[in-house]
Amino acid sequence: MDELLLRELIPAVIGVLVRRGADFASAEDAVQEALVSALATWPDDQPHDPKGWLVTAAWRKFLDQARATESRRARELTVDREPPPGDVPAVDDTLRLYFLCAHPSLTDASAVALTLRAVGGLTTRQIAEAYLVPETTMAQRISRAKRRLAETPLDQPGDPAAVLRVLYLVFNEGYSGQVDLAAEAIRLTRQLASATDEPEAAGLLALMLLHHARRASRTTANGRLVPLAEQDRSRWDVGLIAEGVEILQAALARDRLGEYQAQAAIAALHADARHAKETDWVQIVEWYDELVRITESPVARLNRAVAVGEADGAHAGLAALAEVDPSLPRHTAVAAYLHEKAGDTGLAADLYVESARAATNAAERDHLTRQAARLRRG
Amino acid sequence: MAKYLLLKHYRGGKAPVNDVPMDKWTPEEIDAHMTYMQEFADRLSGSGEFVDGQALAPEGVWVRYDGEGRPPVTDGPFAETKDLIAGWMVIDVDSYERAIELAGELSAAPGSGGRPLGEWLEVRPFLTAAPAVTE
Repeated sequence: MDELLLRELIPAVIGVLVRRGADFASAEDAVQEALVSALATWPDDQPHDPKGWLVTAAWRKFLDQARATESRRARELTVDREPPPGDVPAVDDTLRLYFLCAHPSLTDASAVALTLRAVGGLTTRQIAEAYLVPETTMAQRISRAKRRLAETPLDQPGDPAAVLRVLYLVFNEGYSGQVDLAAEAIRLTRQLASATDEPEAAGLLALMLLHHARRASRTTANGRLVPLAEQDRSRWDVGLIAEGVEILQAALARDRLGEYQAQAAIAALHADARHAKETDWVQIVEWYDELVRITESPVARLNRAVAVGEADGAHAGLAALAEVDPSLPRHTAVAAYLHEKAGDTGLAADLYVESARAATNAAERDHLTRQAARLRRG
Repeated sequence: MAKYLLLKHYRGGKAPVNDVPMDKWTPEEIDAHMTYMQEFADRLSGSGEFVDGQALAPEGVWVRYDGEGRPPVTDGPFAETKDLIAGWMVIDVDSYERAIELAGELSAAPGSGGRPLGEWLEVRPFLTAAPAVTE
């Protein structure tokens, strides 16, 4: 059995333990322990009923833990607590876990870590490696998050927007380490989209698929950033694009537009163009208008200025940029790009240097430095 | 989350508020300082914010390539006037404000007379991985 199939069982197993009377924090711990045992033993000795095995192992670990706890309450809980009759569909359990792990009382980092563990079925070590922190630090982050949720029942209705935000954060974290966070975010969003009829869940899934389709062309083998206009479009994954577009169209047809659908629509328009110069920038500007209307996000305004620059020329783009808060990250980089387009290469080079200094990631900094160098040589 | 480096300097930074060098402290004051540092790191581990902490020996040399087939050139130990890094702590926190708050606490480690050292710490953000979605 591969690890992915094993991980898909995790939310449902947590759900079973909670319905048998375990509190969420203990259930989640017990299932994590069972998961670690499964990863160690299954390759040699795979059970016939993986889910049954996990439930049994996790329940045993929960009982051991509860017995070891001195509290009277815990002891009472372990006295022959029979599972309630009837089977609650696993999909409901999974959905509730998404909501709980993205609870508004948690910080982003805690919500992300808890979602990856309880919904994603990743081990603490894998999450720690993905976020480049020690395992003990990540373990503490997760147990603090669970303590914070101690009073929150699992069956409360939750906020879909918070869940989508957490999944988007996981997707956008980038790739570092053994766990592919982008692929994991897609898997979790796909699972979510099939469990709810929220069109924004489908919108986010489409957005991820459309961006993931370009992954191979986004950087060179040695990690150099390749801008969208220069990407080798023959390397875009047409299967992912087709799937993303189909999911997006079904979502848009439901006429409940949201920010993820609008962003996905922009990504789909890029995907439609066989060459960068065939890009339908006029329609992209229209979608940015929608995005600005929905979110009022300054970042959307900034990106809109780039699109206006392509659709209506550099001067129109600079005019749009003038209405965006200049303290925004990447504002200077956009200004550099538009000034170069307007023919002012001296100013553009200076602005590229300035924006490189303000860059928050190394790939972008190097890219902007290279732009400045290119203009100064030319 | 964002990672920050909190950098301690042996010298090169501005003078601390409680400007008595460690070799003039009592052994108990040194112990109290070390205990504070350890407890600070433990507390950050407990809050899920600790990444790394290391101390550096004061002695070191400059090294550079000196051409094919030649041994690297060394220069040092550092002259007295040079900036000298003493060690660092790496934290992973929710915000810039939190990084500043923690640096303030670290700077309050007790020094001579048990009073806060008030040393200047340099706070530097880590560059991150490039995000997937930029347009």
